[in-house]
Amino acid sequence: MSILDSRRGGGNGNNDDLASLEAGLDALETRHDTAASRGRRILSASWPPVLAIALLLLVWELTYRSGVKPPYALPSPADVGLVLRDQLRDGTLLDAMATSLTRGGLGFLAALAIGTPLGILIARVRPVRRGIGPLVSGLQSLPSVAWVPAAIIFFGIGDTAIYAVVLLGATPSIANGMVSGIDQIPPLYQRVGQVLGARGLSSARHVLLPAALPGYVGGLRQGWAFSWRSLMAAELIVNSPELGQGLGQLLDAGRSLNDMSLVFAGILGILVVGIAVELCVFAPLERTVLRRRGLLVARS
Amino acid sequence: MTRSTGAVSLRGITKRFGDGPNVLEDVSLDVAEGEFLCLLGASGCGKSTLLNLAAGLDRPSAGTVHVPGGRAALMFQEPALLPWLTAGQNVELALRLRGVAKRDRRDRADELLELVRLRGAGSKRVHELSGGMRQRVAMARALAQDSHVLLMDEPFAALDAITRDVLHEELVRLRESQKLTVLFVTHNVREAVRLGDRVVLLSSRPGRVAKEYPVGIEHPRRIESPEVAKLSVEITDDLRTEIRRHGAH
Repeated sequence: MSILDSRRGGGNGNNDDLASLEAGLDALETRHDTAASRGRRILSASWPPVLAIALLLLVWELTYRSGVKPPYALPSPADVGLVLRDQLRDGTLLDAMATSLTRGGLGFLAALAIGTPLGILIARVRPVRRGIGPLVSGLQSLPSVAWVPAAIIFFGIGDTAIYAVVLLGATPSIANGMVSGIDQIPPLYQRVGQVLGARGLSSARHVLLPAALPGYVGGLRQGWAFSWRSLMAAELIVNSPELGQGLGQLLDAGRSLNDMSLVFAGILGILVVGIAVELCVFAPLERTVLRRRGLLVARS
Repeated sequence: MTRSTGAVSLRGITKRFGDGPNVLEDVSLDVAEGEFLCLLGASGCGKSTLLNLAAGLDRPSAGTVHVPGGRAALMFQEPALLPWLTAGQNVELALRLRGVAKRDRRDRADELLELVRLRGAGSKRVHELSGGMRQRVAMARALAQDSHVLLMDEPFAALDAITRDVLHEELVRLRESQKLTVLFVTHNVREAVRLGDRVVLLSSRPGRVAKEYPVGIEHPRRIESPEVAKLSVEITDDLRTEIRRHGAH
């Protein structure tokens, strides 16, 4: 440093020149993220779905009035609204939602605990990948309702059978998410880890797993969707008075009573839980992961 | 500058991948302690392969690689910062993997960022930084490895000309203040002359040492200066001759 400066005879002036030049370049080239206010974002995001729902209700009401189907087969939105209100008042619907959400949540967590290490094994151990990789991807496309009869025979009618179906439905998605997350890591990151001296476990912890996170979070999201669907399939079929009543059982009750309004209320409950979990858990999780990495492109 | 002990010493290096042809053939190269050596060559001369060997990321098919100071730090063409970490955390990770105690990491990372004039940018995410800033963070991270040997693989090739010019100056400054030995790979002749104490021209397919040029130009240099241009013309002519050879058969 001093050698350079003394040669030029400029003392520290030269150094300051470079510093100010760099500061200027940095300021010119730095990107500024402009984020719209939270309130405005929510407002602008919420009117299209509200409008869509209003249109849907309108079509529904018109169809009801046209009389193509008798009211017991197609109740009016108002009828369903009344049943919904009663169900909410006496707590049946909320209880069913809570029961299902608990089952779905626990099943999902169990699938998470199994699918995550399974995914790492498939991604990193070649014989495991060759052996069970195709099987696990194949299982992902198997409708989990297909597991229900097997689960009933194996475990009998009970919560265990329900959890087994949820687990079998969600684990492949989570494992596959992990595999694709790891497969998509740019080779450069692993080389950087190597250059910095990361080996084995420290490489997994500091490079591999964080780098795989976006794919993994995608897998979790899908895993939850599969948990929830599998659960509904299982609850519809695995039904007995001793079991807690979930949304699927509520649907089944509606069907056996030939009560279309109750069935609609049940479907709404399923939708609401599915959307709520997506909006409150997975969408923010994914957004956080992507935003931190600058992968989130602001869309207007 | 002493030439007695080489900071990087490559002896009779030959490298091929699998059954392929030799990428490098009998390359011997010594980078003296504190020297700034630029490796120059057209595509296919195995420049990057050579750096990987020097960094210990790969093994030569024949010959020996000796880096007495231990592991050399390597910088890539891309900044290769880990995007889930902040600028500061990227530097801290290098310290951590080197075994620096937790309580010292933060301060040391701040010092290193200040060294590349990024004080206060430590909490920024990688995507918030410009290309030049990212490459400076990468420089700070390389310095965090506390190796006095810095291997650079076309680190400025992806930058715009103005930023590149500034980073040239920055690198020359750091090299003096940190007493670095630099092995710098580039395909840009003027860049090599602007930076190097010595330029080594590699031939292509297989890569061999074709010619060496001592650069006697005093610092501070500018890439536009006539001395740099004069030597660049000479080297470029040799490089062209070298490239033409491949079209002849």
